[in-house]
Amino acid sequence: MDTVAIIVLDGIGFASWLFLISAGITFVFGVLRILNVAHGSIFALGAYMGAWLAAWFLGGQYPAWLSFPILIVAAVLVAVTVGPFIERVFLKRIYQEEEVIPLLTTFALFLILEDVVRLVWGIEPLFVDKPFSIMGQVRLAGISYAGYPFLLTGIAVLCAILLWLVINRTYFGRQVTSVIGDREISSAMGINVPRIDTFAFILGSFLAALGGAFTAPMISVEPGMGIEVIVFAFAVVGIGGLGSVGGAAIGCLLVGIARAAAVHLYPELELFVIYALMVFVLILRPQGFFGGIEVRRI
Amino acid sequence: MMAGILLFITAPLLLSNWIIFVLAIALAKGIVVLGVVLLLRGGLISLGHGLYYAAGAYAVAFALNRWNIREALFLIPLSLLAGGGMAALTGLLLKRYRGIFFAMLSLAFSMILYTVLFKFYDVTGGTDGMRIPPVTILGIHPATENLRLFYYYLALILTIGVLYLGRRFTASPLGYLMQAVRYNEIRVEYMGTSVGRAIYFSYVFSGALGGLGGGLVAFNVGHVAPELAYWTASADFVFVAVLGGAGNVFAPFLGSIVFEFVKNYAFKFSPHTWQMTLGGILLLIIFFLPQGVWSLNEVIKRKVIQWQLSLKQ
Repeated sequence: MDTVAIIVLDGIGFASWLFLISAGITFVFGVLRILNVAHGSIFALGAYMGAWLAAWFLGGQYPAWLSFPILIVAAVLVAVTVGPFIERVFLKRIYQEEEVIPLLTTFALFLILEDVVRLVWGIEPLFVDKPFSIMGQVRLAGISYAGYPFLLTGIAVLCAILLWLVINRTYFGRQVTSVIGDREISSAMGINVPRIDTFAFILGSFLAALGGAFTAPMISVEPGMGIEVIVFAFAVVGIGGLGSVGGAAIGCLLVGIARAAAVHLYPELELFVIYALMVFVLILRPQGFFGGIEVRRI
Repeated sequence: MMAGILLFITAPLLLSNWIIFVLAIALAKGIVVLGVVLLLRGGLISLGHGLYYAAGAYAVAFALNRWNIREALFLIPLSLLAGGGMAALTGLLLKRYRGIFFAMLSLAFSMILYTVLFKFYDVTGGTDGMRIPPVTILGIHPATENLRLFYYYLALILTIGVLYLGRRFTASPLGYLMQAVRYNEIRVEYMGTSVGRAIYFSYVFSGALGGLGGGLVAFNVGHVAPELAYWTASADFVFVAVLGGAGNVFAPFLGSIVFEFVKNYAFKFSPHTWQMTLGGILLLIIFFLPQGVWSLNEVIKRKVIQWQLSLKQ
């Protein structure tokens, strides 16, 4: 019974983390139709900025719980500086190109941003464990569990709700829905599609950076952390469907529980189950659970 | 072209051992990139070519370490078979997909192999990888100081063979069919040819090339590790494919040589900016030379002809 409880808790924690890193990439794909490989390095930027700001902040005489808003601020900073720059300078020029080009452009940006991180913050790992440790331990169902994953779950749920609210209850959200449905008609109806693109990318970058900032207290922030994150995000959005945030949520839950089960029951298969699940879903339903893209099946 | 071949054959006399090492690896990886280019000509982006690359490399590693087979003339076809065999299996599924779904599924397959190589320590050595001892040719052990040279010429001979095969492939009906598939698949089906079969056979050939490249790199580096199947390896191949261009069978090799030398010299020059340099070069290629570096060849030829014409007037 203990094992099941731990698997569920681990699974939900991992799923929340996955949601934070994959909501942005699937949203950006929905609007811009570009698979943003640089998402991983924006995640890393968020982690570095978050760790750096939080460490600097915690060195002062302020209450430790204020480090959480600092992490959010770090994510915002990254999103509003890097996001518009990437989108307007690079992505706007390669929209109409065939599929390889946008993918490779974002890959090139990923490579560049990886080195930017190294140049700015050096190659030594950053540690900011105060936000993690002040969340303490929680006793649940007979086991003692760290408190931080619950915070992650809370933030993931909050992000999901906010995203839903923005898309379904605001004017901007209605415009975004229109652009996701049909760019040309949206433009003909008077929607400023390039501006929607930029804002959507900023939102996606914010989600990536937020994921990074809140990951920082859990691990040592070091160069190359974005590399593994991207392929996890790909797995999740492949399962959930490109462009669908709800699908990403489902994909996260599946992958989270599967990985947690593997870790506790069959440790060799820990990473295997993630990609095996991805292959399984892609074979049965190539567009993922809620993917809106038409699969050209010939 | 003969001049080019002569240049490569005599290169070891003029260049240092280390450059020969880099060239050998560049040629071997160029073979894999040719595989990627053949699929690009069909409009398919393979983000998972690391699967065949790693399959070929690890097949060679297993043969050398488990079954003690040292003969290069056996190991080379083994790597071809490993890559082609993997492609024959995965191609059965992949031939039905196009565009981003093809890319994602091929990525997923390569990551599955990565996780298997990574986690099953007792069989594959995990992140330690496996060692590749020196191979023999026709039973003869090359002397240790000649090993670099031997591997370079092995890579060169196989590259020339692959260039020939690649040229025959692209000039064959199957090669032209792949180009047609890229532009209008439905029309090709209506003509009566099976698009799935065309894609499948191209895919198996492409996978075999990937395996061959993997085996050669295993020889040269002397070590195999799970990173050969990681998505970054596959992304590097697509990078080089776009860098060189998809227009010609020579292009991947030019791209691969440029890539390897830039990578090595950028790292020597500044260890923390080599990725940025590569990323910057990729961006420059995408924005200013979208047909790849090989297209410079066409540009130069055109300029020469224009200049010659202007002289006549």
